[in-house]
Amino acid sequence: MLPRAIPIRGIEQIAFVPDAGHAQLIRDCEADNTIETVSLTSEQEGVAMFAGGWLGGKKGALLMQSSGVGNCINMLSIMQECRFPLLMVVTMRGEWGEFNPWQLPMGQSTQQVLEHAGVIVQRADHATDVRDVVYAAALMTFSSNRPIAVLLGQRLIGFKDWSK
Amino acid sequence: MATQKQGTLDRRAVMSTLLDARGDSLIVTGLGSSCYDAGTADHPNTFYLWGGMGAAAMMGLGLALAQPTRRVVVVTGDGEMLMAMGAFATIGAKSPKNLSIVVIDNEHYSETGMQPTHTGRGVDLFGIAEACSFSTVQTVYTEKELGAAINPLFKGTSLMFCDIKVNTQRYPMSIRMRDGAHIKNRFRENLLGQKAFD
Repeated sequence: MLPRAIPIRGIEQIAFVPDAGHAQLIRDCEADNTIETVSLTSEQEGVAMFAGGWLGGKKGALLMQSSGVGNCINMLSIMQECRFPLLMVVTMRGEWGEFNPWQLPMGQSTQQVLEHAGVIVQRADHATDVRDVVYAAALMTFSSNRPIAVLLGQRLIGFKDWSK
Repeated sequence: MATQKQGTLDRRAVMSTLLDARGDSLIVTGLGSSCYDAGTADHPNTFYLWGGMGAAAMMGLGLALAQPTRRVVVVTGDGEMLMAMGAFATIGAKSPKNLSIVVIDNEHYSETGMQPTHTGRGVDLFGIAEACSFSTVQTVYTEKELGAAINPLFKGTSLMFCDIKVNTQRYPMSIRMRDGAHIKNRFRENLLGQKAFD
């Protein structure tokens, strides 16, 4: 599971639809009284919420699993048209040793879907990279007013081996 | 299904009454008629959504959490709010005290040919907001009820929801400001001053 991976000064809001890969980070944020956490019913709510947060001068990060990316597509048009920053941290499913075939359609198209929706995509596939990649993406989104998604490879989180 | 009362208020008159009471509140409109109607009295503290159907309520939540000392008022339509049913639950669970959600409800999709929405077919947004833990919930049919509702919406200290039933009168688009980046930058600069550019 991922450790505290969002060490970015100034991030005051976290919104999420939970994923096992984000579980520790969500627990850490909920225990940190300087961070406002919002549990969403659908990932698209977070895109709209952070547009409102930025209007009010706050930075945030939106956590989700790759299956949630498809839920966000039309909301992402707001980010592109208005030049809102957005930091998305996406734990990948359906790309490495996935046991559930239903995860493959969205997992295999996550990067393309994001890019077609105007989101810059970066990846971390090794635990030692996660912190730097997320940090660099945060710097870039909030200084460029462009949405960026960091995909955290499924290899980071591991898979259930159903052959045993 | 019980017969519902019909809305008789005029949507532009309702918006005008709302905007007259705005004070220093921050307003987010939904796309379509709410955006056009709010454009009849433009203000830098209004953020106009021209797209992202279903975004208005959650933009309001993000803004309310970011600006806890300011009243945030979302003004949107019934079709737009029906696309944000999950947002009722998310906002209710978070319960910010400085947020009001106002639906100008003509029970139709005005922009696309006046197809009926669910709010004219027995679906009651009042009941949804109430079940989602909004503190103050009301449905308004008359001028008198509107007059009584308005001040709390803009000056209250709890999470509020107000469904204002209106007739199906249509109006021409009255707002020319469409560029999203401009609307966002104007709003932020007016609210945050130089910090908007940090």
